[in-house]
Amino acid sequence: MTTALHSPAAAGTAPGDTAPGDTAPGPAAAARPAPVTMAAALNRALADSLAADERVVVFGEDVATLGGVFRVTDGLAARFGPARVFDTPLAESGIVGTAIGMAMNGLVPVIEMQFDAFAYPAFEQVTSHLAKLRNRTRGRVSLPVVVRVPFGGGIGGVEHHSDSSEAYYAHTPGLRVVSPGTPADAYRLLRQSIECPDPVIFLEPKRRYWGKETAALTTAGPPIEQALIRRPGTNVTLIAYGGMVSTAVEAAEAAAGEGWDVEVIDLRSLAPLDEATLTESVRRTGRAVVVHEAQGFAGYGAEIAARLTEQCFYHLEAPVLRVTGLDIPYPPPYLEHFHLPSVDRILDAIASLEWE
Amino acid sequence: MTLLADSLMTAPSGDPGLAAAPLQLIDPAGQPGANRGGLELPAPETLSDLHRRMVLGRAFDVQATALTKQGRLAVYPSSRGQDACQVGAVLALRDQDWLFPTYRDSVAIFTRGVDAPEALALLRGDWHCGYDPYQYRVAPHCTPLATSALHAVGFAHAATLKGEDLVALAMLGDGATSEGDTHEAFNFSAVWKAPVVFLVQNNGYAISVPLAKQTAAPTLAAKGIGYGMPSLLIDGNDAAAVYAAVRAGVERAASGAGPLLIEAVTYRAEPHTNADDDTRYRDRAEVAAWRARDPIARLAAYLSARGLLDEAGAAGLAEEAERLAASVRERLSEDVSVDPGELFDHVYARPTAALRRQRAALLAEIADAEPGEDER
Ligand SMILES: Cc1ncc(C[n+]2csc(CCOP(=O)(O)OP(=O)(O)O)c2C)c(N)n1
Ligand SMILES: [Mg+2]
Repeated sequence: MTTALHSPAAAGTAPGDTAPGDTAPGPAAAARPAPVTMAAALNRALADSLAADERVVVFGEDVATLGGVFRVTDGLAARFGPARVFDTPLAESGIVGTAIGMAMNGLVPVIEMQFDAFAYPAFEQVTSHLAKLRNRTRGRVSLPVVVRVPFGGGIGGVEHHSDSSEAYYAHTPGLRVVSPGTPADAYRLLRQSIECPDPVIFLEPKRRYWGKETAALTTAGPPIEQALIRRPGTNVTLIAYGGMVSTAVEAAEAAAGEGWDVEVIDLRSLAPLDEATLTESVRRTGRAVVVHEAQGFAGYGAEIAARLTEQCFYHLEAPVLRVTGLDIPYPPPYLEHFHLPSVDRILDAIASLEWE
Repeated sequence: MTLLADSLMTAPSGDPGLAAAPLQLIDPAGQPGANRGGLELPAPETLSDLHRRMVLGRAFDVQATALTKQGRLAVYPSSRGQDACQVGAVLALRDQDWLFPTYRDSVAIFTRGVDAPEALALLRGDWHCGYDPYQYRVAPHCTPLATSALHAVGFAHAATLKGEDLVALAMLGDGATSEGDTHEAFNFSAVWKAPVVFLVQNNGYAISVPLAKQTAAPTLAAKGIGYGMPSLLIDGNDAAAVYAAVRAGVERAASGAGPLLIEAVTYRAEPHTNADDDTRYRDRAEVAAWRARDPIARLAAYLSARGLLDEAGAAGLAEEAERLAASVRERLSEDVSVDPGELFDHVYARPTAALRRQRAALLAEIADAEPGEDER
């Protein structure tokens, strides 16, 4: 790994490191950060990684000239040239499969699947090779590949544009699965994922692409596999990731008015899971609710609920509850709000946690 | 119709392999082939080496089949009958080039220099890959059909991006050409002009399914046209032709001209694996006819007629092959030692906390199950 990765310049305040579409940070930017969207933070992370490590290549469908359908790769091809940032033919298996070969030959590919459901053609390459080559070769072949996947709903997308596919990946040993909840964490997690020697499925909550945060973009902070307490609380632990983090924080604020002091944990890393942060919190609060957009049956929340039950049983005042999407194929735009977890549903779940 | 002809790419031979007869440097009788299509006959010492390595490869293959019948290997897909492809292709590679083999290609892996027990680890079952790919420049045996063709393309393209001179040889079966990843690999490599040679060993069958049920294309080589990729149709039982074609592909790819598709027409002389019953789907007469077209006998006849192989030489080689078989037999008859703790070691670069817990629990379970010293 190159040494520049942790230097202040690599954190995005150097002139010329500004992501297109982002507010240019002036000399005072380090002191007073400008508001930044998650899309711009991801763009900055890609630019800084490309600048810091010449092994990094970025490729996928429409990522070069267009800058990606969500503009996350905007300006990178112009800045880094066609050998570093390039468009590929339309073939998701081909994108992942060639990334595997490139990583075997020393590159660090950061590839984009255009949408969650369009990553499915690559499923065999991801599960049979990307996840397993290290183990197959007794650690001799390392695949530092990052697969960026815009994921989840809430954007009025038509069919195949709103899937939450995290459980498929989290179920696969050998893959890391991460999802940021805020712009600053999107920057940090993407830089950390690119530095990571393991393959990382990087799930970008598309409904949060345009949400802004005023925070410095830096790699300093929690390591890739550590969960974060977003809001401290004393009598319920609310567990979320990706697009549901801000919904959970909103619910926690609303719950405060009802007399419940809710702690919100942003998992950041779904696999591996930071069990220590989770269990410490739940043993303290005695109550837990997991929130995710994905359908509940055999969903990621089931794993959390099972682990908390195994490890915190005698501290629990109530069963661990899940607030999830319905067990249906992702609905069309006019119906998606019936499917998605809302602040009200989270509050209803909290209200039912045996308070008497 | 002229449109198609106009768009044909010119291969080293100028032959697009559309409906043409396979190119041959040496015919089944051991005579110079009539349809050489511009392929260059390898030098006499290369021909002798091809013969010797095929004899050794055959001994390895026969021994592996025998060991499987004795329960020493979990399964073995023999490449008997495809010896010319296995050996010719590998000898045509330069030292820096990479081989991307399938489950069928153990003899190719062995010919590349991988030690027999390492080459057979997957099929014995002690680990999924027994060798260090970087040491031999051989990717692991690939079982999911056609998937490794994309790895070869990515590997080769990375070499281009890094300015390295290397070519990747991607091995495919005839059945595997129907998979989507073959299409994606052909297309990516042609668009990127990646230094790749695709060798399709058309051995007539995908387990039980004959080629006629696999494709309506006139030949598999003809598929190159749609990708803007030149292709060659060759006699896959002619080691000289395989060597010359792969060599031409390597030189062409290394010069920056992009990928080459080679269809080598051959035959799987054994069942799909030891576990397969091929009497259910193919005629004994067909098998016998192909066995009579043995690639080793063909090259031996050619060499003998030219004084390049005499009886003493053949006897010496037979002895060398027997020594090899004996050593493979002996080394693979040793009891396998495995380390259950290793199951957790390579899942991630560093084992996760959860894996460390599971490792400790498994080792404790094993220790509990084994009677302690004083209990015995
Ligand atoms: C993706 C995938 N599907 C199915 C199989 C099971 N399978 C193993 S070998 C084989 C036949 C392949 O035939 P071919 O490509 O002609 O190669 P050959 O075995 O003849 O060398 C099949 C169907 C597999 N390995 N991978
Ligand atoms: Mg076949």
